[in-house]
Amino acid sequence: MSENNHHLHHPQQNHFCPAETMSEDEEPSRPSPPPPELGSKKTRNCAAVHPSPHSDRVLEIVLEHVLQFLTASRDRNAASLVSKSWYRTEALTRSDVFIGNCYSVSPARVTTRFPRVRSVVIKGRPRFADFNLMPQNWGGHFGPWVATMGKAYPLLERVYLKRMSLTDRDLCLLADSFTKFKELVLVCCEGFGTSGLTAVVSKCRQLRVLDLSDTEVSYDGVDWISYFPEGETCLESLIFDCVECPINFEALESLVARSPALKKLRLNREVSIGQLYRLMVSAPNLTHLGTGAFGHPEPQDPNNQEMDYAAAFSACKSLVCLSGFREVMPDYLPAIYSVCANLTSLNLSYANIDVEQFKSVICQCFKLQILWVLDSVYDEGLQAVAATCRDLRELRVFPLNAQEDVEGPVSEVGLQAISEGCPKLESILYFCQRMTNAAVIAMSNNCPDLVVFRLCIMGRHQPDHITGAPMDEGFGAIVMNCKKLTRLAISGLLTDRAFAYIGMYGKLVRTLSVAFAGDSDTGLKYVLEGCPKLQKLEIRDSPFGDAALVSGLHHYYNMRFLWMSTCQLSRQGCQEVARALPRLSVELLSYEENEKMDDDTVDVLYMYRSLQGPRDDAPQFVTIL
Amino acid sequence: MDGATGKGEACPKFFCFVQGNSIMASVGSSSRGKGASSSEERKLELRLGPPGGEEELYFSRAASVQKNISNNMNTGQKFSADPASKAIGSSGSHKRTASPVVGWPPIRASRRNLSSSSSLKLPSNSPDVIPDKITLEKPAENKGKGLFVKINMEGVPIGRKVDLKACDSYEKLAFSVDQLFRGLLAAQRDITGIETKQDNEKPISGVLDGTGEYTLVYEDNEGDRILVGDVPWDMFVSTVKRLHVLKSSELSAINFNRNKEVNERSFKT
Repeated sequence: MSENNHHLHHPQQNHFCPAETMSEDEEPSRPSPPPPELGSKKTRNCAAVHPSPHSDRVLEIVLEHVLQFLTASRDRNAASLVSKSWYRTEALTRSDVFIGNCYSVSPARVTTRFPRVRSVVIKGRPRFADFNLMPQNWGGHFGPWVATMGKAYPLLERVYLKRMSLTDRDLCLLADSFTKFKELVLVCCEGFGTSGLTAVVSKCRQLRVLDLSDTEVSYDGVDWISYFPEGETCLESLIFDCVECPINFEALESLVARSPALKKLRLNREVSIGQLYRLMVSAPNLTHLGTGAFGHPEPQDPNNQEMDYAAAFSACKSLVCLSGFREVMPDYLPAIYSVCANLTSLNLSYANIDVEQFKSVICQCFKLQILWVLDSVYDEGLQAVAATCRDLRELRVFPLNAQEDVEGPVSEVGLQAISEGCPKLESILYFCQRMTNAAVIAMSNNCPDLVVFRLCIMGRHQPDHITGAPMDEGFGAIVMNCKKLTRLAISGLLTDRAFAYIGMYGKLVRTLSVAFAGDSDTGLKYVLEGCPKLQKLEIRDSPFGDAALVSGLHHYYNMRFLWMSTCQLSRQGCQEVARALPRLSVELLSYEENEKMDDDTVDVLYMYRSLQGPRDDAPQFVTIL
Repeated sequence: MDGATGKGEACPKFFCFVQGNSIMASVGSSSRGKGASSSEERKLELRLGPPGGEEELYFSRAASVQKNISNNMNTGQKFSADPASKAIGSSGSHKRTASPVVGWPPIRASRRNLSSSSSLKLPSNSPDVIPDKITLEKPAENKGKGLFVKINMEGVPIGRKVDLKACDSYEKLAFSVDQLFRGLLAAQRDITGIETKQDNEKPISGVLDGTGEYTLVYEDNEGDRILVGDVPWDMFVSTVKRLHVLKSSELSAINFNRNKEVNERSFKT
């Protein structure tokens, strides 16, 4: 049907953080065919459109019923281009709206075109903002959206936001406007506190999903957990593992006990191991568990001898996804052994455990498909993964010490082993201090199903540490041999040649991340001229200038965004682009919060296509050309 | 599995792209490697020595490229909320140095400083070496700028965290304790829920001198419990691991490790 890859096998079912695992342009939408409830909603949409049996209308009614089966945005977008009639019908029957860039279109325009929306996905800040590459308060405000949708979509059920700013007021308005509200997923969001959460949990009585992955919530004294309504809740998923707020455990325990449908529970590190035990005992049907601290019992926990942690885990027969271990005491790891054989997802990326401790766990996880770890497991640990996890689809190896110039515990040895042991690998994120082309080439040959390849050699401009050569050949092999590749992040010493390879072979690449790479404008030109599917390009600290920038004019309207920071751009060059492409919003950002860009150098260029023209909420450090 | 390490051997699959291709000819500059294949013709043939020799490599590149990169590295301060990581690469070269760069490596804030917030440092690879048995206490976490230490108040189920970097004196710490717990304590006492918060809240005072209902106590890196206020502030900050706000009336029952340099203290209950 479409290229919308569901290769990550229904991300919402298996992953710790739905948005992180999917690259930005994957919608977290339901796989087709739609579940019965959605189908009936669509029928409701259809019936409302054109009840008359006039012959033209008959065709439209048929079309409505056929369009029910189109769930992917890309397919619906295509259908809407066929004719005016198709455009109208499609617009009236679209219930899921995906907005990849909140400034590409105004809320009013969306609600006008799509009057019957039940679920909305909105993404805000650019990804490089996560790494402090621009000041705070850039934008991405949910306020205007909730204000407009509150009036237009009273039956809205689902809101998914990524990198947006929300206030307590926004959440209150959400809770007041949408009486049937069911799912709130906030990924990498911020700006609100526990008061806002309280409004949602207390008023949205049909709330099924509350997911706050990687979202910052400030503690303003209110214990939001206590505000879930009395009696049974509809909660199926409660995810707050990164929320750094204290919680009232008694309230949480009571909530879990009265949520019979709860399947996914991810606790923050305020929850001690003893408290975890009590929760697990009352919720043995969990499929996804985030363990909280998993450290030494706290003073308030009952006597250690009474806690049979292993038994608590054994009782969770449905557990397939395990994460947490935020303050892990490795002594307690053996408690999870009994569930290892059933696990398809394991996230130990906050757990500093040593090689032997890791091996004792991983050697039992033969069904594992997704694994996130710290590099403290060493190459040896990765070899153990390769020996056991033959079905592995996704691997992420994060650095314990995120610095350059330290002796890294993982290297090309680990990468090579994984490539040999895990031929079904589809997605990899690998932080290391040293790498070789040979290992990367090996992976390109051994793992032909790779869709996402992100290699971060932490030392800037680091060559192949055995041959001394640039990493061009390795990445070249990846784009050449991995025919399904759509997302690529490159690092290490890279010349224009690497970009030539990408432009030549990376025909399906949609997302490309570049840092400290390339020799000249030619490099960027290769990519802009050679990659027709390129949607998201983020570049930092690379020698690309105005000449390269203008070489992409033919393509920028097809892209979600272009980010270039600390490159060789001048204000003039950016002006040229802005003049040539009036529907492009060209933002120049200054690194200093209180200063506008006044001289010719450009700190950050962030540009994106937009139907709504320059935004009116830009802070001082943003200049829109 | 080809154990190829040299570039020439590793290339057969896509080498044909390189030869005689007009695009590649225009790339011009660098391709380096000890075993550079003879069929690759480059304008600049660069040698590479052992890691120490890399500095030479960068400086011998084409002048324009060198200048471009210097310009990059000389760009003014990058924005950063975290002054610790606010730095620019050393001017004029991009050889590997320890000077940190903003936002590099690209790890989100929640994943930084994991080694300092965990009891174990990066363990040795050898299975024979068993790491020292970890202490029971969780060390103070360093969240970038702040130094956050857990603080619990007797009788209040919810623990808090206080940023010691934000307090630069004992007085400020005592004030923070009042700020953090006044509302919670009032909520604990107010069982009826009818009285407003304001009525029931009274400030928590006298935590440092024993005159109040509660007294501030800390645990240091050796697990000892010590009255807060005895040592110079900086010394306190460097050794404190955990704070407790305990009922003054209970304190006489607890054995304290007194700091030997400090005079005996007595306090009234």
